[in-house]
Amino acid sequence: MGDEPLPHAHEPNDELDTLLLRAADGDRDAFAGVYDALAQPVTGLACRILRDSGQAQEVTQDVMIEVWRTADRFRPDLGSAKAWVLTLAHRRAVDRVRSVQASKDREVRAGMLSPDRDFDQVAETVEGLDERRRVHRCLAALARLQRVPLVLAYYQGMTCAEVARSLSTPEGTVKSRMRKGLDQLRACLEAGS
Amino acid sequence: MTSPADPHLDAAAYVLHALPPAEEAAFENHLAGCEACRGDVAGFRRTVTLLASAETAPVPEQLRASVMAQVSRTPQDRARRTSPPRGRFLGRYGLRLALAASVVAAAALGAVAVRQHSEAEDARARAVQAQEQARTAGEAFADVLTAPDATVHTEELTDGTSAAVVVSRQQARAVFTARDLPALPGDKVYELWYAAEAGGLRPAGLLDSTGDRASRVLEGPLGDAVAVGITVEPAGGSDQPTTEPLGIIPIGA
Ligand SMILES: [Zn+2]
Repeated sequence: MGDEPLPHAHEPNDELDTLLLRAADGDRDAFAGVYDALAQPVTGLACRILRDSGQAQEVTQDVMIEVWRTADRFRPDLGSAKAWVLTLAHRRAVDRVRSVQASKDREVRAGMLSPDRDFDQVAETVEGLDERRRVHRCLAALARLQRVPLVLAYYQGMTCAEVARSLSTPEGTVKSRMRKGLDQLRACLEAGS
Repeated sequence: MTSPADPHLDAAAYVLHALPPAEEAAFENHLAGCEACRGDVAGFRRTVTLLASAETAPVPEQLRASVMAQVSRTPQDRARRTSPPRGRFLGRYGLRLALAASVVAAAALGAVAVRQHSEAEDARARAVQAQEQARTAGEAFADVLTAPDATVHTEELTDGTSAAVVVSRQQARAVFTARDLPALPGDKVYELWYAAEAGGLRPAGLLDSTGDRASRVLEGPLGDAVAVGITVEPAGGSDQPTTEPLGIIPIGA
């Protein structure tokens, strides 16, 4: 195993990748560039998961400090700087929602909030940006069976077991629907690009 | 806690951060050795990044100032860049390899305990505490695992279970881990040994075999050890092995 490129290695030399690599070498101006490019998406994602802008901003602050501290771990050959930072952000937001809201609460909420309705509300608020519209169009195009587990896990921070319980579906089935959902989402997003 | 299900199916759940800690660690072990899943993870991650990018929210200007102020007094972790380049996946995944699982299992147990008494404030405090404990316990592992010179040695034990030793000569320490060791009766215990070239065996600590993965930092200095052994001994351990080793794992000179 070794150094052959991954099948989906992204375009090298993305401007943001370069900034993050420079930040890893201690360049604070470069880090400020990373912050400016990603603070809004990080906050948006955290806000979507935590549903509280104050908490989302705290997550943003934590994530950004973590980015600065651990920038050395970023490996451009494995994915973009944006993917790396948003992965950290999702992890933090999910950890936070899990520690703040007891599992039961989230499941009850998930049961009351139909994921579809929840999703539709988001879709309605989507403005302008083509990329966002494309993502929401592709989410909407997924079959409900695939979409719901994906939305519950990604946007509500539920584990497979929690998703399985709240949908009364076996965990293995939930995992394979997540897989299928992401595959279809990828196909849709790539077709539309 | 680990499911018998095919680990190849976990890549999507992993990228969604939907695996519980023990399963996540198990999947990362699997990932270190599975090219197909690494490809899946990279692909799913790109898709999920597009999902994430579809969200955006305004950020108050003072947050930027506050982050930049904090950055100016926060030192950066330099562990990787100063290390000599090693296998790429050792760098990325190997660090959390095998042994992370035991630490993570501790965290998971903490989380379960927390859930059972779930007064919100109380729960939060306990969760933080459990994380803190797991983190401290993990530091000794992490030190060895993240050592620039860390090497991994795996071997099958006589009962078919697989064991691994991670060695850092610089730190003069090693970590042992084995998966699914059979549970022993209460009057018996697993004991680890350092073996020197000349054949001498030095006790290197007892292994708590409860749980699906048993791991520990070996006791005593690594010294001139060329192998690590494991035997079953009477409770409390022995000064010299009293049974045939279940396995001897060569760890190089
Ligand atoms: Zn695999």
